[in-house]
Amino acid sequence: MKRLFFGGIHPRYNKEMSLTRDSLNTVSPKQVIIPLKQHIGEPCQPLVKVGDRVLKGQKIGDNDGRCVPVHASVSGTVSAIEPRIHPNGQMVEAIIIDNDFKDEAVAFNGCDIPLEQLDVDTVLHTIREAGIVGMGGAAFPGNIKALASLGKVDTLIANACECEPYITADDTLLRNDPEFVIEGMLILQHLLSPERTVIAIEDNKAIAIKKLKAFTKRNPSIEIAVLPTKYPQGSEKQLIQAITGRQVPPEGLPINVGCVVFNVSTVAAIYKAVRLGKPLFERIVTVTGEAVKEPQNFIAAIGTPFEDLINAAGGLSNTVDRVLNGGPMMGTAQADLSAPIVKATNSILCLEKDPNAKVENQVCIRCGKCLQVCPMRLKPLYIAHSVTLGDIEDIKRLNVTDCMECGSCSYSCPAKLPLTDKCREGKSMIKEAAEQ
Amino acid sequence: MKLTLSTSPHIRGNFRINRIMLDVIIALIPALVVGTVVLGIRALLVTAVSVVSAVGFEALWCLITRKKQTVTDGSAAVTGLLLALTLPASVPLWQVVVGSFFAIIVIKALFGGLGQNVFNPALAARAFMMLIFPVGITRYPGLDGVTSATPLHQMVMPATPDESILDMFLGKCPGSIGEISALALLLGGAYLCIRRVISPRIPLAYIGTLAVLSLVFYKTDNALIWSAYSVLSGGLMLGAIFMATDYVTSPVTPYGQILYGIGCGALTLIFRYFGLFPEGVTYAILLMNLTVWIIDRYTGFARFGTKKGGKKQ
Repeated sequence: MKRLFFGGIHPRYNKEMSLTRDSLNTVSPKQVIIPLKQHIGEPCQPLVKVGDRVLKGQKIGDNDGRCVPVHASVSGTVSAIEPRIHPNGQMVEAIIIDNDFKDEAVAFNGCDIPLEQLDVDTVLHTIREAGIVGMGGAAFPGNIKALASLGKVDTLIANACECEPYITADDTLLRNDPEFVIEGMLILQHLLSPERTVIAIEDNKAIAIKKLKAFTKRNPSIEIAVLPTKYPQGSEKQLIQAITGRQVPPEGLPINVGCVVFNVSTVAAIYKAVRLGKPLFERIVTVTGEAVKEPQNFIAAIGTPFEDLINAAGGLSNTVDRVLNGGPMMGTAQADLSAPIVKATNSILCLEKDPNAKVENQVCIRCGKCLQVCPMRLKPLYIAHSVTLGDIEDIKRLNVTDCMECGSCSYSCPAKLPLTDKCREGKSMIKEAAEQ
Repeated sequence: MKLTLSTSPHIRGNFRINRIMLDVIIALIPALVVGTVVLGIRALLVTAVSVVSAVGFEALWCLITRKKQTVTDGSAAVTGLLLALTLPASVPLWQVVVGSFFAIIVIKALFGGLGQNVFNPALAARAFMMLIFPVGITRYPGLDGVTSATPLHQMVMPATPDESILDMFLGKCPGSIGEISALALLLGGAYLCIRRVISPRIPLAYIGTLAVLSLVFYKTDNALIWSAYSVLSGGLMLGAIFMATDYVTSPVTPYGQILYGIGCGALTLIFRYFGLFPEGVTYAILLMNLTVWIIDRYTGFARFGTKKGGKKQ
């Protein structure tokens, strides 16, 4: 089997620095900020008002339509409902809960009925009510993805690649609770009845692979696909290409080639929702980077401010330059550390100034590295040229809309040209032109 | 505490333009060493003058036009070195300075500097020098210091060169400083490929095309021997490995690079077969320089998800 995708890069992974602890610390913030929109779709309406007492796991926001609910992640009192900064940089309506540190939770009603008797509609409803979204970063509602895939996929893939440097949240999950992922995959397998059920993982996670394989001996219907470590292996289209050899068509979805991909954290959340009755109110977050003193993974309540987690990890060092939500390749730089972690936050990355950003002469020497590493087989150097010229026809011809902004081109450019930015600019130019 | 707001990606690779240029210089050292050993210490002097004047003109240009100093990117040094390697060891030094002025100022700086030039600066300067200094640049001192015909001169006659194929492979023949030893140039090319500075596509397509076409279009009685001499003579190896692979003036797409190499090989054969002068590589590459953007535009990969594997299997 060919387990390769086009292009790709080998950045320094720096993953070992956050894999220092066997048991995970939890963080108890004084206050949590629960944004009412942590998913792709319509925002939630608050179901509580200021002054209400809420319990951990209580549903506090929901809406009709393409929406998944949000839950209180601590017990306490709602102190405000107001717009707060979201790690994506926008102001989003949020419910603020003052923690009373009593840690009182609603009753979690799990179910242990055998897989074969699980009713599809009930499971989908449970996934929705648990507020499950794609936890790898995309935040697409889990129930909608599962519903759309019913009867349409022959390959079910759990994505444990975690190809972004530094991040070890999924790796930590698999080291500590591999059975959550296996059980979650069995539920999804029951739902979707695929021909192949695959857990895809990069070969730099030996411990997790060993633990997973111990479980798949008993569940031979689940296949562990160990892939070569290469960024962006965990990108959906590239992962499908590596596992099945199929290419998702332009503007298409994995369903178009009979595949569906869930992040492993999402799979574990589905297991917890269905079997333990626990909604998604906490997750594993990697707090790491050269500019934080004690890099490690935490079990963190959704809504915990960045600064609380950073302080729990020993605080920032004086050399800090940037703090990111997510990984170094595709993460978002934060201006305000009072922003909360959301369901899709897998990492808080604290970086120093990058010595590699230095450049003698910032001009394209046409070395072609960007073209060699582009997993979507674009021509970033020509896209950048056309965007600079404002030639919109040419930008379209170069298929810039296929760009997923993985950053491989900018990373590889010896002249440090902002090629990924140019692609973003090209995409928004096309969008603007279409709107006119 | 002030946090920097940057767009992704937030880390960059440890890749540098001047590191690439340094690799090219390292790759050219074997050729320069053989040139100096075979043709004498003057080869080194010519090279020094060429490099220093090229770097000097670059620095001067940045100073006069009040641009950021770009000497440190290393490209001027590479141009100077490449130009010297295409010249005979006996070339008058002032002519070398004129050549490097033409390369750096006229061909590179006036076109917008690094990355903007249409022609390979070193080759364009060599072509220019051949027109205005026909004596200085076409007299090649041999191993004994006496001007003699290079193998390529003899092939134009047409005749089989005096030197054995092995001697030409090793570099025991008259010729330009950096052109005489195929072995040294191949070593440098292998280094560049291993360091992934260049891909072997252009050199292989170029050399392969010339070798195959020479089997059909030969001028002596033995096609195989003619083909071997064709590949080893003149500036073919230097041109194919170091000039035709110049980033700025060659295509970036894999298919484009193969096409470009084939084009260079075919033109070189045409110039040598029909032409009067022992000169093909310089003009072949310069002409192909003009085709780069059009080749890049019409070559490339199928759009992701539109060809094989795109459908549900």
